[in-house]
Amino acid sequence: MRKYIIKRLFLSVIIFFFVMLIIYTLMRCLPTSYIENVARSKAQQPGSKSYEEWMAQLTAMYNMDKGILGGYFYWLRDFFRGNFGDSWYYTIPVIDEFNKTVWLSFWMGLITMFFELIIAIPLGIIAATKQYTKTDYTISVLALAFISLPTFFFIALLKLVFCVKLGWFDLFGLVGRNYMQLDAAHQFLDKCHHLVLPIVTLIVISIGGLMRYTRTNMLEVLNADYIRTARAKGLDEHKVIYKHAFRNTLIPLVTIVGGSLPGLFSGALFTETMFSIPGIGYASYHAMVGGDIPFSMFYLAFLAILTLLGNLIADILYAVVDPRVRIA
Amino acid sequence: MNEDLEKKEVPAASEEEQYSLNDDRRVKVLSPGAMVAKRFFRNRIAVVGLCILAFMFIFSFIGGIISPYKENQQFYRIDIQNKEYAGAVKNTEFRYAAAPDQKFDSIIQAQVVLATTKKQDTVTYRDVTYGVIEEGKDFYRVTLADTDTTIGLAYKDIVTPSVEGTNFSFDFIFNALKAYTNDGTSFTADGKNYVIDEDGGVFSSDGDELAFISRYVIQTIVPGQFLSRAFQEELAAELEAGADSFVFTDVDGVESEYIIDYKPDVKNWKIRRATETRVYDTYGQPSREHPLGTDRNGMDMLTRLMYGGRVSLIIGFIVELIATFLGIIMGGLAGYFGKWVDNLIMRIVDIFYCIPSMPVIIIIGAAMDAMNMDPKLRMVYLMLILGFLGWPGMARLIRGQILSLREQEFMTATEAGGISVSRRIFKHLVPNVIPQIIVSVTMGIGGTIITEASLSFLGLGVKYPFASWGNIINDVNNTFVLQHYWFIWIPAGALLLLTVLAWNLVGDGLRDAFDPKMKR
Repeated sequence: MRKYIIKRLFLSVIIFFFVMLIIYTLMRCLPTSYIENVARSKAQQPGSKSYEEWMAQLTAMYNMDKGILGGYFYWLRDFFRGNFGDSWYYTIPVIDEFNKTVWLSFWMGLITMFFELIIAIPLGIIAATKQYTKTDYTISVLALAFISLPTFFFIALLKLVFCVKLGWFDLFGLVGRNYMQLDAAHQFLDKCHHLVLPIVTLIVISIGGLMRYTRTNMLEVLNADYIRTARAKGLDEHKVIYKHAFRNTLIPLVTIVGGSLPGLFSGALFTETMFSIPGIGYASYHAMVGGDIPFSMFYLAFLAILTLLGNLIADILYAVVDPRVRIA
Repeated sequence: MNEDLEKKEVPAASEEEQYSLNDDRRVKVLSPGAMVAKRFFRNRIAVVGLCILAFMFIFSFIGGIISPYKENQQFYRIDIQNKEYAGAVKNTEFRYAAAPDQKFDSIIQAQVVLATTKKQDTVTYRDVTYGVIEEGKDFYRVTLADTDTTIGLAYKDIVTPSVEGTNFSFDFIFNALKAYTNDGTSFTADGKNYVIDEDGGVFSSDGDELAFISRYVIQTIVPGQFLSRAFQEELAAELEAGADSFVFTDVDGVESEYIIDYKPDVKNWKIRRATETRVYDTYGQPSREHPLGTDRNGMDMLTRLMYGGRVSLIIGFIVELIATFLGIIMGGLAGYFGKWVDNLIMRIVDIFYCIPSMPVIIIIGAAMDAMNMDPKLRMVYLMLILGFLGWPGMARLIRGQILSLREQEFMTATEAGGISVSRRIFKHLVPNVIPQIIVSVTMGIGGTIITEASLSFLGLGVKYPFASWGNIINDVNNTFVLQHYWFIWIPAGALLLLTVLAWNLVGDGLRDAFDPKMKR
């Protein structure tokens, strides 16, 4: 097991290296002339160095003069030393902006995941146990509809109904107008109030996939021989389903849920942007559109690490949860 | 074997013919394809999906042809806009006119005003006494008290010439004002007779219109425009009545509405004229000509939706085509050759799997924005990028299938039978993977359409002048559109949702239909 994990970790590092190499190359090939803009504006300040001097200094600072591969190694070195540079868009160190935004996204993701699990798994199991009934069809079509739902359209509909017609929520933002006048408890409640619609959106768009996954796995388990045995020896249906079948369905579920845990940090780009919630998705969207290379590079590297970590956790969990799987 | 069975089916069983018990023709045999079709069409939900898709194709591809409008055709409407037309001030200050060859300077004018407020009829200034004689309402004649010579006039009602540039004599002004302020109807000046009507119009005895007397100073705001006396009269009457707006027919017979705004801070009136202007029919409400209204640029919404559907469907197809093509080649190679080829290709797949595709596409989109790329070229790049980022999933699927198939007995049989490698791959391996490919492509198209729409929604995908369902919904970012113009974004969103749902339903139905273990 330990050998397997070490091997996987080693492989992950290599994959990370190549992923970031591709991304770095892409970034270097982009025609964003941000450095020239910065150099020009700095050169215009009174008593400043000339444009050429600034240009040379900035190019050296961002390792733009070392070729793509050379520059990449410098970037890697800085990245592993924890030196992520300053964000061009937010004009503060990348890590500060990251710390400012990532926790909000994380809490949103965590709450979403909680509701996702308690809604999707029971529904998936009900659909599987009642296969080919009206309930099953309703749940299956609903799950597919949620998967097919374009996030931005759903958000617009929610806003129309709950913000415009009913007036229950604000259209944008994390805090209300009179946030500063509230005491700490009410400030917290105000934030929660503004997070209701974003979280509902996230739950609805993520629920479908898990529902279908649960249903498929439950069906597979229900067709297994040991279920037939359990029924044959006269166990009541409730016991068959919730004691024998459900526990076995949990194996793939635990794996997939464990694998998606790192994804809680990745933020929700569309939802956060459309609701103007200052999470990591919102921050990174504006950085990416604004040509903020240090922040974008950091965010992409962060996402790559999260993906690799998710895969690793899923694989390890699979071996841990399922006693039939033994990895040499 | 299927083909053989089908061939046997061809000579149709006639009633009279007698078959032996073990004759194949006694049993109705369906080819696997027909079995799949039968199972698929028994799935009502999948058939609904298929119908929606058929509708979308007809709507987008044929609808665009029969629609009377073009994709980028802009429509105009005649809009009534209130443009500033004239300004009016009620004269509250005295105005002065000096008699010919007399001195009537501003100090004396000021003294006269004082005298009028104090109701005095003489004013003394620098040892000269002036007489202030009230000739009418707010109309005074100033004289030298000693000689009774008129030196000037102080008045509030203004005599405006009907024909621009006319100068009236002092005698004319004096007599006209005297008659007007005393509600007279005629006067004589310079030996001629004039008539004043109740509105303050001054006519010569021949009936020629000469001037117009009013308390209001009315000026045109549009350069080079002359306000007719009739208009001024009407306006003065309306101002006197305190009206907000009035309708006036001008000399050319054009009837338009005039809106009067009083500005208390500068104590004047602004008159705006409702003028017909040709503008883009922006956000036109649904009507007979435009069943779903018009969009921000005044283009027919329904036609835009049709062309948008074309773009969405074509992009979905091409992207999946690229991804599938790459996926089949890479997955096929990895699966068939195994060993280091498999290892290498699967690590490349791992790498591509790990690239955060949405952020990368957003960054590339923003860069293409910065380069001001041609919208058509941009669409091509978008398809290539999406296709290139999409192949690893397909490769993984095909490799897995081929790996498991390779170990099965029929493959050993082909090897033992001495069938060539290419025939083994393309005749025996690939047909067995096709069901999975079809299901994956069908569901993949739905996903690609959403990705494309999301990018276009962010303004980073398909760009104006091309329509796409995503960039049509983009308008909803404008809160006013969200609140008031449902026809701009709800139909596009509904079409998008239905199309993606239909692709998924069909894919799901196909998956079940291809699965031989299916109960039904």
